[in-house]
Amino acid sequence: MLRVRETWLRGLSLLAFLVIWQLAAMAVNKPLLPAPTVVLTTLWNDLTEGSLLYHLGITLARVAVSFLIAMALGTALGIVMGRYRDVDAALDSLLVLALNIPALVTIILCYIWFGLTETAAVTAVALNKIPTVVVTVREGARAVDRQLMEVAGVYRVSMRRTFVQVYLPQLYPYLMAAARSGLALIWKIVLVVELLGRSNGVGFQLGTFFQFFDITGILAYTFAFAAVVLVAEAILIRPLERHLTRWRP
Amino acid sequence: MKNCLEVNIRRKIFPGADVAAVEGLMLSALPGEFVAIVGPSGAGKSTLLNLVAGLDREMDGDIQVDGQPLHADGLMRVRLGFVFQEPRLMPWLTVIDNLMLVLENSTDSVERVRHLLREVGLSDIEQSFPNQLSGGMQRRVSLVRAFVMRPELLLMDEPFLSLDAPTAARLRLLLLTLWGELHPTVLFVTHQLREALALADRVLFLSSSPGRVVLEVPVQLPRPRELGDASIGELHDRLLVQYPELLSGLVEEEKQQSASEIPDSDNRLPSSR
Repeated sequence: MLRVRETWLRGLSLLAFLVIWQLAAMAVNKPLLPAPTVVLTTLWNDLTEGSLLYHLGITLARVAVSFLIAMALGTALGIVMGRYRDVDAALDSLLVLALNIPALVTIILCYIWFGLTETAAVTAVALNKIPTVVVTVREGARAVDRQLMEVAGVYRVSMRRTFVQVYLPQLYPYLMAAARSGLALIWKIVLVVELLGRSNGVGFQLGTFFQFFDITGILAYTFAFAAVVLVAEAILIRPLERHLTRWRP
Repeated sequence: MKNCLEVNIRRKIFPGADVAAVEGLMLSALPGEFVAIVGPSGAGKSTLLNLVAGLDREMDGDIQVDGQPLHADGLMRVRLGFVFQEPRLMPWLTVIDNLMLVLENSTDSVERVRHLLREVGLSDIEQSFPNQLSGGMQRRVSLVRAFVMRPELLLMDEPFLSLDAPTAARLRLLLLTLWGELHPTVLFVTHQLREALALADRVLFLSSSPGRVVLEVPVQLPRPRELGDASIGELHDRLLVQYPELLSGLVEEEKQQSASEIPDSDNRLPSSR
């Protein structure tokens, strides 16, 4: 019952947004702010006849790969830093530095060092995300319940099982938080990477639209993109989160 | 257990502490013996169990089974069960998965665990998560967990603390039933003299900081016993008269911390007085 209500509320806020946009566009009545109906028509045409799906697919692939790399490396490093004080002390200032390097700097440097390649693009995105994953997961690793670890120790539960069934579940909330904020950040950075050094993908297309001042095109792509994010949240992230926290009262 | 447990802790001092937590503590337990350890707060009761369990390795002393070190090369000579003060179940695992967790290296099957759950009246909650259970139920599961892997040595650290009297009584009964089936050697830590007398074959008294054994009392009363049995009451009172300075502090604590559990209508049978 509650879930039905939540779905309604989510839909309602989106609808309200579209209505306000439409009214604003009608009031302004200039190509600078095309109405949502115009944008949706363009979107539909691009989807059925144009290359939107191709570019969207390329961008999604880049997002997925860099997301997985960033989560895997960030989690590993976060666990080690949360667990071992010395490692934490040694790497902490580097981490602060990495957190504060502007995304643009990493991207440009990667393109210069590795060339305008796919590897450079994915590396740049992953490098931008890893530090925030580390910070979040490190918090989780510090908060691990020693009492539960003692249970595993006393009962001689194997390392592998202790990790999977006792340790990792305590990190789930932190991993979910890192994944959420991670996806949000990675979407944005991937577009910049594509704008600067790739010849396909949503970012590249947006760059082209920018040169032609094609605001409708820009908004149509943004729209498609936003839809993908919402769907990913609804069919991947939220069900996963619900599954992992089903034991909560 | 076919093995005899011998504990000899010459000195255990925590980093930064001025005095030793435990000093010159020696005890032994026969195979299948139920030994209760009582003492006031700060007597190092929990420290003793942690050392025996190998959760804490920093000490001067040795713990042996049949003349061989209990812990060697990261291995444990006997199968060990530990019931903590808190249930310490994994909240994200169902009851059955919590029990299966400790069974990895055993040939025991899920069927045996199910059988045990039926036996203790928990079969209808095997798919529940700990948070869906009452405190008493959680303790029951954690007690069962200590028995599923057929322990040879069972350590219990005030497992029935702060439970209401009827629940604690039921759990004590369950403990004795399970113990009667497998007969592991038990070291049962409590600060309730009555509880110790009702459960154990032998009761050891620890002094406070540093903890060492200062008195040993065999309990030769027939089982089953209950906390409120007249014979337990008599033994309890006689010990208080015999060793007033030794036990007065302990009894004060007992009164304060568990006013709800001692002399109560649930456990004291009028007919047995």
